[in-house]
Amino acid sequence: MDGREAEGSWNWSTITRILIKAVGMFVVFNLIFACFDPWPLMAKLSVYNSIVPGRRRLPFGSDPQRSYNLTITQLDVMVASHEIAGEEKQPGEFRVLVLGDSAVWGFLLQPGETLPAQADAAGYHTADGRHIRAYNFGYPTMSLTKDLLLLSRGMEFEPDMIVWFLTLESTWRENQIAPLVQFNPGATRALILEYHLDLNPDDTRFQPTSFWRRTIVGQRRELANDIRLQFYGLLWASTGVDRYIPTTAAREIREPSADLNYHGTLPGELQDSQLSFDVLSAGVALAGEVPVLIINEPIYIDESIGDGRYYNEDYPRWIYDSFRERLWATSEREGWSLLDLWDWLPSEDFKDSTVHYDAEAAGVLASFLAETIYTFTESAGDR
Amino acid sequence: MTLAQIFVFALLSLLVGRLTATCTRSWILFVTNLFAVFWLQPQTSLRHFDFWFPAATIALIVLTWFIVRERSPLASEDKISLAVIVSFILLISFTRLLPQPLIIPTYPPQTQRIVLTLLVAMGVIAVFALARRERKWIIPAMIAFIVLLLVVLKSETLQLDFSRVLRRVMGQSPALASQVDITWLGYSYITFRLIHTLRLSAMGKLPALTLRELLTFGLFYPALTAGPIDRVERFLKDLRRFQVLTADRFMQGGKRIAIGMFKKFVLADSLAILALNEVKAGQVSSPAWLWLLLYAFALQIYLDFSGYTDLALGIGFWAGIKLPENFDRPYLQTDIGAFWNRWHITLTHWFRFYVFNPLTRSLRTLRMELPVWTIILTGQLFTMVLIGMWHGITWHFILWGLWNGAGLFFHNRWVLFHQKYWPLSSTWRENPFSRAVGIFITFNYIALGWVWFAIPNVDAAFEVMRKLIGI
Repeated sequence: MDGREAEGSWNWSTITRILIKAVGMFVVFNLIFACFDPWPLMAKLSVYNSIVPGRRRLPFGSDPQRSYNLTITQLDVMVASHEIAGEEKQPGEFRVLVLGDSAVWGFLLQPGETLPAQADAAGYHTADGRHIRAYNFGYPTMSLTKDLLLLSRGMEFEPDMIVWFLTLESTWRENQIAPLVQFNPGATRALILEYHLDLNPDDTRFQPTSFWRRTIVGQRRELANDIRLQFYGLLWASTGVDRYIPTTAAREIREPSADLNYHGTLPGELQDSQLSFDVLSAGVALAGEVPVLIINEPIYIDESIGDGRYYNEDYPRWIYDSFRERLWATSEREGWSLLDLWDWLPSEDFKDSTVHYDAEAAGVLASFLAETIYTFTESAGDR
Repeated sequence: MTLAQIFVFALLSLLVGRLTATCTRSWILFVTNLFAVFWLQPQTSLRHFDFWFPAATIALIVLTWFIVRERSPLASEDKISLAVIVSFILLISFTRLLPQPLIIPTYPPQTQRIVLTLLVAMGVIAVFALARRERKWIIPAMIAFIVLLLVVLKSETLQLDFSRVLRRVMGQSPALASQVDITWLGYSYITFRLIHTLRLSAMGKLPALTLRELLTFGLFYPALTAGPIDRVERFLKDLRRFQVLTADRFMQGGKRIAIGMFKKFVLADSLAILALNEVKAGQVSSPAWLWLLLYAFALQIYLDFSGYTDLALGIGFWAGIKLPENFDRPYLQTDIGAFWNRWHITLTHWFRFYVFNPLTRSLRTLRMELPVWTIILTGQLFTMVLIGMWHGITWHFILWGLWNGAGLFFHNRWVLFHQKYWPLSSTWRENPFSRAVGIFITFNYIALGWVWFAIPNVDAAFEVMRKLIGI
């Protein structure tokens, strides 16, 4: 080809030996990769917070080419790409970790428009003069267990306060095994066992990943996505874009069911076990000395849906009211700090779903959150 | 080509290369090419055109062969070749009976429709074959037809019109016509191969070749999608010379395939994430980032294209064909002339041979004597604009051609100026510093030219240029 090969320098037996050695080395590399979990080490090789600024929210996206972002499942890599991983806690900083679903993450908002980003940018202070720095640890699925998983990682960054947004849907027991939870079975199982969560630790979905899945071949997609996320970091740095927002994002109007069932549960059938308040308890326990503020997030309310028997197309009135009663009762019993903002925003502030509000509403919520933190620190100072 | 397709073609090449019987090898190569032209054809919204486009490609080559072949009765080998082609097409038509489409992305048309079309095609070919005695007009007419088709495929407006016409023929809504309907695999490259064959025939320099040989040359599967553009007389030498795949040749080809895979699927595909495009250009916050995206584009386009070339050369080499090199470290050249001698070499050679040289020759022989600089300028601009238009008949490709043509012209004047007024010693030219400066200037000039290539909207491209230069 290039004329540099000496004629007769190769023979088939040599080539066969080389191929066998290559296959052997590949197998060995796979075994090493599977035996020693390399993800924590690989997360340290992140371009984020070194070559490029950290992301303002956890990586998530279904349209990588336009969002410069993608959904990955490796917690180490996810957290390493977040701005919090690159910011040493400053003296005089009051660090707030904001947990929640897509409403907190900011599904149809630019990274600077989300509730945590606006709370962070406004320069709010606590009663004792510390600068409030809010970090977005929301993630677009509704599951308290997913939040708990993220909180377990977020605690490494020494937060002074946890703000945990939830809604009925995220407490619903069936929703707990969200994709992120399933993709991190080891960490999830550890949380179940440590905090005695009402989830089956022997569920096949929490079993340790098989040896085959832990090899390079088994994790090729995760590896490729990790590398792609690093490349997208350069685009994140150069454009400030981490989400493609379609120009039209109308709410999907669904016809509510006539029998008022919620995930198959009919009026009068709701059991305590169907609501994952045990996960909230676990979160509070995990936070230890760090105060946790639980917020029942604002929802879209339309009295005309289902002849007034629904708050919106997701929630029949009976179950949502029951959920709020039980949340209040549990909070009082457990001594949790609870803010119930369920009807706090007018319906016109909502965008494409019953929990996604616009940037202006996020700003209003951010300033309210800052006031709440101020009051909270004021009363903490008094104590 | 997808990874799976590369793998299959590499295996087929290994099989072909290891066969010791030349005759068997040639026939397997022939059938593989027929298979490849159908298998590589992407799906199109035009009903059945993922069948008709490859079939039309084969028909064009057969027609070309009937035009250029020696005057003699059909040899038995050519009859067998024709029979194989017809049988293969009919075999594909029978895939309609399978539960899933096979070879082509969708189900082929009904067999009776294919048979009818084959009969019409044979009739047309027979007319041309009879008219061969009038070569004086038939070869230019065939070249004109091939070029006209290329113009239609490269012009957005004509593509749309062509799509509407085809949609009407197929009973589809013309209102849904789109440029992406017309995805005729490899036509740009086949055009050059056929024009070259026809021109050689007109000049009486074309060696006698069988239908099987011309079809193997025209459709050679490693080079079908992205070149290189070989010369028929060179290709035939390899095809006819028996070369079994030795361990040495296996390693040489394998090395090229490995390099090509790495360039294309690791480097180029990763850089594609960063490469400049219109959307990103509007989003970046600073000129420095814009330069980075532009460099990413420049490297991506090179690695992608040269990676494909490496794959083609490696796979072709295993099959016993040594395709010509297409890239030779273009970004490490100290001037734009050297760059264009090392970038897409086979294309630039083709244009130099068929456009630049004849044009400048004819300008020199005009009754009205023109200054040399005007001849050079006209030749460079016209050739580079044509190369641009070969990518697509749009303003941004024309501007890209003008940019490079102007670069070549100014470089030519610069060299003359030095020769005349300020001769540079060879020591100076070989000096690492002066070489580095030359490489830097050349690379950046070429990279800036890629702006026209990457951004179809001319206004947006001008805006990017403005940002890059910091005006």
